[in-house]
Order: sequence, then C-alpha cells, then structure tokens
Amino acid sequence: MMRANPFEPKIVAFCCHYCAYAAADLAGSMRLQYPTNIRIIRTPCTGKLEVEYFMRAFEYGADGVLVAGCEEGSCHFIEGNLMAKRRVNYARELLSESGLERKRLRMVNISAAMGTVFAETVKDMIETVRKLGPNPVRSDHVNVKQEIHR
Amino acid sequence: MIVAQRKRIPELVEILKGNKRILVLGCGTCVAVCLAGGEREVSIISSALRIASNVQELDFEIGELTIERQCDNVFIEEAAETIEKYDVILSLGCGAGVQAVAERYAEKPVYPGLNTAFIGILEERGLWAEKCAACGSCVLHQYGGICPITRCAKHMLNGPCGGSREDRCEVRPDLSCAWQLIYKRLKGIGQLDRLRKIEQPKNWRMNLDGGCRVIVREDHRI
Repeated sequence: MMRANPFEPKIVAFCCHYCAYAAADLAGSMRLQYPTNIRIIRTPCTGKLEVEYFMRAFEYGADGVLVAGCEEGSCHFIEGNLMAKRRVNYARELLSESGLERKRLRMVNISAAMGTVFAETVKDMIETVRKLGPNPVRSDHVNVKQEIHR
Repeated sequence: MIVAQRKRIPELVEILKGNKRILVLGCGTCVAVCLAGGEREVSIISSALRIASNVQELDFEIGELTIERQCDNVFIEEAAETIEKYDVILSLGCGAGVQAVAERYAEKPVYPGLNTAFIGILEERGLWAEKCAACGSCVLHQYGGICPITRCAKHMLNGPCGGSREDRCEVRPDLSCAWQLIYKRLKGIGQLDRLRKIEQPKNWRMNLDGGCRVIVREDHRI
C-alpha cells in the first residue's frame, strides 16, 4: 500500500561565520547526527542580515528560518547579533501580520565550541516546524517583479 | 523631513482586496530616510503582501518600484511606463506623494501604504521626533529656536504653564518641558529678555483655515 510522503520541513539557517557556522562544522567533526532538512548559509555576522532576507526565504517556500549568531556580548563585530535579534523580532511581527506563525523564524545564540548544542537546536527547530506543518506559501505562485526604470 | 510609519499588513490587505496587479511604489526622499517607504521597505512590504496573498488566496500580482520623489511630477513621469502596466498603486510616499501620483493618473486607484505622521528629525537611531507643526507663521526667533507650538503639550506662547516637574512635561512625563528648554536656550544665547515680551494671540488663519494652503511665486511662474 502506498503511503503519503510525510512532511519534511525545509529550514534555512543563517549561521555566523565566527560561531554557529564553526559549531556546525564541529558537530560534523564530532560525527554528531542531525536531520538533513537544514540548509546552512554562512554570513560574516548575523548583523549582516536584513528583514528582507527572512521574508524572501519564506516567500520562496522555506518552512522555517533559523538565525544562529554568537552569544550576547561575544559578537566579533561588537553588537551585530543584538541588531539581528531586533530585526528577527520585527520580521516575526511582520510574518504574523501576513498570516505565518512567528515560531517559523527563530534566533539562537551559539558559540563556536557548542557543536552538540547546534545539533540539538537544529533538531528542536525541525520538530517545531514539523508541528506547524508546511509553509502555506507555494513558491511556484510567487512572482517577484522588480521593476526597473531608466 | 516628513516622517511616516507603515500601515499594518492586515489593513493593507483590506485596502487592496479585490485587485490583481498591484504596484508598490516607493519614494526615495523623506520616507526613505525615516525607513518607512524607501526601496528596502518596498521590498519588505511587497514580500509581506505576497505571503499574505498566498496564505489568504487573494491572487495578488505585486510589482516593486521606487522613484526619486513622489511629490514631483518630473519623477512620476519617469515611472509612467511601469505604472501603466498595473491596475492599482500602493504608494509608500507621504500624503503629498499619494495625492501627486493620484492626480497624475485620473483613472487609476492610488492607495496609501503609510500613515504620514509629522515633520520631524531623527533624534537617535530609530527614534524620530516632531519638530514643526507647519503652522504657517514661524515664531522660532522668539523662542531660541525651540518651537512651543509643536513641543509644548499646551501649545503655550506665553509659558511656562507652571505644571512641569523636574523639567518634565506634566501632560507627557516622557517629554522635556518645552518651556524649560526655551529658558535654558535663551539664557545660553543671552536673550532672556525676549521672554519679557507678551506674545499676542497667534494668527491661526495661516494654518488649516479654509482649505489647503497655496503659495504662489509670480517670479517663478511661466
């Protein structure tokens, strides 16, 4: 008997080069297993991330977005992670106004030494999103049209 | 500059419901500086609207464009070709911008995407404060450059009211008493004697009396 495909969430993770990305690397070196639903994008600092990045990720069909920055007080660029935190909060508000659950976007603070925590965080995020179900935005229906004049 | 704030997405969805091709039109001047209606905000609001449209099955087709200045016909003209392709325009300009675009396109609905708030300045990062009420007859010279009409909760021209506590306004304790500021400033520039003059009642006919205000400069007319 054929069984319907169970829902496997697609998670985009923006990871800071100085901490969470290294933690993901460490998780790999430690041979820790975590689900493969996650797509890591390395950023120079979470302070580089704009609200648009999160919105676009959801527009294009991501079921969840994880922002992983340094622990508060340890940002390589002093306060990039604090800026990211405020932007994530703003984007969560916008998502909720648009009809998506706030929980689909999450920010965490992980140091480069926390390989185990990284793997656990990813698992937890995936479970949270799995419970919420698929992103109702069907990316094939999204038509981004950037008009250019001149 | 003119300071504005975005409308919430549910309100925008309510305004736009029933339309298909929507152009989100940003303005690169005041509202871009106050982070409400520039290119970046056009992108963010368009994204949110696309998500809302998908979730609620509204079938919006959203285009994005930002022009230099919406309150100027010269710049609106530049966008004419794009604007023609859309059914409605959601303008992220100030109230003047929305009306300027609407006047130019008599048969196209133009909706506001922002709430125009006031004329003000950026006081700190992420904090804008009102400084001018555009009353039509400036009295700043009399008060050391601090406007009692805008910044005093009671708009007193012959203040202070006597209610301030520890230099805070009694109406809004989060604000400094404008009259305390005026006193300090006049003292600093050695013009305290200005306060001896009793200011006559203000001529409010220069304000919003009898419809919108118009300025005509014959030397610039063709």
